[in-house]
Amino acid sequence: MSMLTRRLLIAATASLVFASHAVAQDKSIVVASTTSTQDSGLFAHILPMFKARNGIDVKVVAQGTGQALDTGRRGDADVVFVHAKPAEEKFVSEGFGVRRHPVMYNDFILIGPKSDPAGIKGSKDIVAALSAIKAKGADFISRGDKSGTHQAELNLWKIAGIDIAKDKGPWYKEIGQGMGAALNTASASNAYVLADRGTWLSFKNRGDLGIAAEGDKRLFNQYGIMLVNPEKHPSVKKDLGQQFIDWLISSEGQKAIAGYKINGEQLFYPNASDSGA
Amino acid sequence: MPDGPSALQLVLSGDPALFAIVRLSLYVSLSAVALAALIGIPLGAWIALTRFPGRQGFIVLLNALMGLPPVVVGLAVYLALSRSGPLGAFGLLFTPSAMIVAQTVLVAPIIAALTRQTIEDLWLEYRDELTAMNLGPLGRVMALIWDARFSLVTALLAGFGRAAAEVGAIIIVGGNIEGFTRTMTTAIALETSRGDLPLAVGLGLVLISIVIAVNALAWSVRRAGERSAG
Repeated sequence: MSMLTRRLLIAATASLVFASHAVAQDKSIVVASTTSTQDSGLFAHILPMFKARNGIDVKVVAQGTGQALDTGRRGDADVVFVHAKPAEEKFVSEGFGVRRHPVMYNDFILIGPKSDPAGIKGSKDIVAALSAIKAKGADFISRGDKSGTHQAELNLWKIAGIDIAKDKGPWYKEIGQGMGAALNTASASNAYVLADRGTWLSFKNRGDLGIAAEGDKRLFNQYGIMLVNPEKHPSVKKDLGQQFIDWLISSEGQKAIAGYKINGEQLFYPNASDSGA
Repeated sequence: MPDGPSALQLVLSGDPALFAIVRLSLYVSLSAVALAALIGIPLGAWIALTRFPGRQGFIVLLNALMGLPPVVVGLAVYLALSRSGPLGAFGLLFTPSAMIVAQTVLVAPIIAALTRQTIEDLWLEYRDELTAMNLGPLGRVMALIWDARFSLVTALLAGFGRAAAEVGAIIIVGGNIEGFTRTMTTAIALETSRGDLPLAVGLGLVLISIVIAVNALAWSVRRAGERSAG
């Protein structure tokens, strides 16, 4: 390699590093969150309010819950905002998160084709509905990506007494992608799929799909938020991250969450004051 | 189900968010092509003019690297730049710089391989003249690169095409953060996942138009250069 090239390479690398330092100077945090909070449009609604109040830019990396927790574990995010309570508690107990705060909830719904091949439309019993889908061998799309929704789905099969890893047939398809992709797949193949209500309400490519089952207590979907432990990762911006958490669980932040509606329908219900949530 | 604006409406109304996304896409991909050219052109020219053991195998490898899977490059750059990785201290993950690094890795082999072929063909053609001119190895490389400059534009455009079209690497290392690391391709992936297929298609058409515009610009620069160079 010529001297000139080597100098240019060094200059280029240096300018990359300088550029990133310039970026690091301004007030911003990285929040690893789930596709449901982003795809539903919640962040687009609440983040401008937070920025107006605290002057902090929140950079949201939307992943499945499993991946978001892993991003936090590696120290690549300052705050993790997800929905799988057992996984979150494990994250904190392993020392990767400082403390888990409940923020809000909504619910999962079972989406299916209007032709309803499993005959479950209007059901309020999710376990019976899933059993019927399996008995009829009706097509079912699973996220298959360790997301919060995927973990909730696996748990529901377990409650139904079905060992899905063993009992799944060609009717059960794991796509390993986000909520939107799963809904697109279900829409294209007229299959059943478990979704969070927020993503469903903002989803546009519904095709022939509608709500097949809802309203079961077991479909409850709790969201929690955690600061990544600065003792594990000194790069964590703990003050700015904590400001975001504090705002989200304050009455102002909780009102902002409750105020997010699509066609008059509220998507998320704040419950930060419920310490057991 | 709210109806958002179409891509055409966004373009016609001069939507600032759309233009920021277009600007970032161009910034990332053009920077990556520039860095990759700094690496790839000298490297390709050097391989063209140098004989060393294992050269044939190296050329095959270089050609094969033109087909590097973006998602694998994205993952490797992610692991390298992560706070828990060897370059974590720079804090580059989830920034445009990380996206430039990933695309540079993807584009450099393309530029190097195409440069190698171009320069080697020229070398075979002008070997006698260049030998007679009594230039050192560096002088020969410089003379050949200068001679090949218009053909090398095609190598740069191939690299730009790869960078501008790619989503697998930058969505992993950039994180598709709104207003910060969201590019045309990651925005299209996002709108597809939100089920807004018309907006995704519209953004796709905007992206294709931009790629055509960049190629048209490069073509006219090349033509103008060729004319003035006689």
